[in-house]
Amino acid sequence: MEIVLVGLNHRTAPLEVRERVSFTAEQARRASGELRARGLLEETLVLSTCNRSEVYGVARETARECAPGVTSFLSEFHSVGADILGSSLYHHYDRHAVRHLFRLSGGLDSMMLGEAEILGQVREAYRFAHEHGATGPVLNRLFQGALEVGKRIRTETELGARPMSVAAAGVKLAERIFGKLSDRTALVLGAGTISEQVVAMLRHRGVGNLLVMNRSQEHAESLAQRFGARVIEWGRWEDALLVSDVLVTSVAANQPVLPKSVLEMAMNARGNRALFAMDLGLPRNIEATAADVYNVYVYNIDDLSGIVQQNREARESEVPRAESIVDLVRDLRARVREERGSFLRARLDSIGHLTEGQRQEIETLVDDVLEKLLIGPAERLRGERELRRKIQNVEALRDLFLSGREKP
Amino acid sequence: MPKYTAGLYLAIRLTESKAHLFLFLTILAYSLSLASYVRLLYSGRETAGRIATALLALGLITHYFALLERARGLHTVPYHDLYGSMSLFGWLLALTYLTLEVYLRQRSVGAFVLPFVLGFFLAAHLAPADRLSPTPAHGPVFAFHVTLSILAYAAFALSFVVSLIFLVQNRFLRNRKMAGLVWRLPSLELLERMSRASVLIGLISIAIGTVLGFIWVDRLTGQYWYYDPKYVITLLVLLLYAMYWLLARTTAWRGARASRLCIFNFVVVVLSFTVVNLYLSHSHRYF
Repeated sequence: MEIVLVGLNHRTAPLEVRERVSFTAEQARRASGELRARGLLEETLVLSTCNRSEVYGVARETARECAPGVTSFLSEFHSVGADILGSSLYHHYDRHAVRHLFRLSGGLDSMMLGEAEILGQVREAYRFAHEHGATGPVLNRLFQGALEVGKRIRTETELGARPMSVAAAGVKLAERIFGKLSDRTALVLGAGTISEQVVAMLRHRGVGNLLVMNRSQEHAESLAQRFGARVIEWGRWEDALLVSDVLVTSVAANQPVLPKSVLEMAMNARGNRALFAMDLGLPRNIEATAADVYNVYVYNIDDLSGIVQQNREARESEVPRAESIVDLVRDLRARVREERGSFLRARLDSIGHLTEGQRQEIETLVDDVLEKLLIGPAERLRGERELRRKIQNVEALRDLFLSGREKP
Repeated sequence: MPKYTAGLYLAIRLTESKAHLFLFLTILAYSLSLASYVRLLYSGRETAGRIATALLALGLITHYFALLERARGLHTVPYHDLYGSMSLFGWLLALTYLTLEVYLRQRSVGAFVLPFVLGFFLAAHLAPADRLSPTPAHGPVFAFHVTLSILAYAAFALSFVVSLIFLVQNRFLRNRKMAGLVWRLPSLELLERMSRASVLIGLISIAIGTVLGFIWVDRLTGQYWYYDPKYVITLLVLLLYAMYWLLARTTAWRGARASRLCIFNFVVVVLSFTVVNLYLSHSHRYF
């Protein structure tokens, strides 16, 4: 019984191939069922996100033997030529597959290093497969472990601590000035997709009031309706800027929409209360010299992209720490699997008269015991809110199970 | 002696008497607290912050006992000499900071305040103490007058540190230079609140302290007013800080300008207890 992983991701396959090999939930369920029905795999789980499609399984025979079967199944299922697939797919077995999944859950495999969505996607894929009875003791343990590792990587490292998109960077910057945004007002100029992203982020961070201003009143109203904002008539700068603390501009215009003089006037009227402006327009919507006005903080798209880039580099420096967490849990599980294997070999061989069915029953029994022993504490660890105690418990587990072995 | 490392030897020497024990414990607590605050600033780990706060509280307690032992040993009150005054100043600075930290739930300023606390403590307690002639304590009115005044200066010092951090953070944000520190330092809004809260503590205690001073002078000499340059500069300090407190909140001066005023004000405070105390005043020696 071995773990096998066949898949492709944004590093191995171009978008056209990823599109063709992606699974909807229904397809995932069907593919999973067929793989088991054909006797290729005992347990299956299909993980499909916009950057990857992966099939996790427990091989009936050895993992290496069943990988070609899975590959040709994928080619058949998606009607993609084996030649195209062959160059895109990767195969991982056992501890390499485990490591791959653990890294993936922590966002280490993502295009945007450390992103949070992937953990939710793994959780969802696991829940879905579990509900349809596609997983068994091995994949259950594997994915519960992966979710735990992913969560630990998020809480115990800097991965994910800093904003990673332009919209997030802008909103986090506003928080560096105003603290909590709950009693602040944001004014959004423009009602395009970028504006919408920023508005969503502002709402997510709990901004108090949202005002939308757009040349086309209609678009403004549609955006305002979706996010519970108030529409202000285009051009009424004095009213709008008097009450706003955060200003977001994303308007298609050849000339700056907000000249320095308007901002100067507004700041006078505001008694110099700080004003944070994110200028996401290209060309810029706010006159460049407006940044000199007292207590005005202007960030253009390049400034914000620069911050995102810096943070990406900072995140990359956190990778070794995240990797060490992967290693600890992986070692624990490898150790348990090893013990189980040698235990079964030694005991079952000495009892000669067992039938295949009885052997399997005993193996299931051992699995159940291990499940109780390992998953129980793991569940409690997951539920433990306080990080300090959590770490102590992990250390204790390490001592219990890995004592006498070299620490990673 | 070869058995012990130098550090252990020092530790044993320091713990020989009760006074030395408290001295040693205070230095230890403050240093570890500082280390934890710095760690918090760099790693953003909340645990480090909690440890730092706990150690600071512990340091405050042992510092208190160190002050007590010192006063007993020298048979005098802490504010009778320069070193005692400095130690008391450090203690009140730490106390003010801790109060604000708990009140505003913001720990990242600790790394900048603790060096001052530790510095004043070390300078005060490691300096060879002069044999002082025992002095009368002058009664509670005088004690409150001095303690409240020192508390005010400690609070002003804290607002000075916080205003400096404000200017640094403001410069980062205005110039769009994103050092990693930007994400760790408190928001401008919070820094301003912290500085203003601290100034308010200072204003109230210096006002009460000054009134008590006049009452004490009245009792001593029977007259409310006799001229001392210290009065003038204290009044100036009061006015300047009141001005800051109002400007930072309500006018076009809010933000960096107010912070610069706050820093300027502290320069006046420092002048008040250097030049004025040393050369001009005859009744105020150390604060």
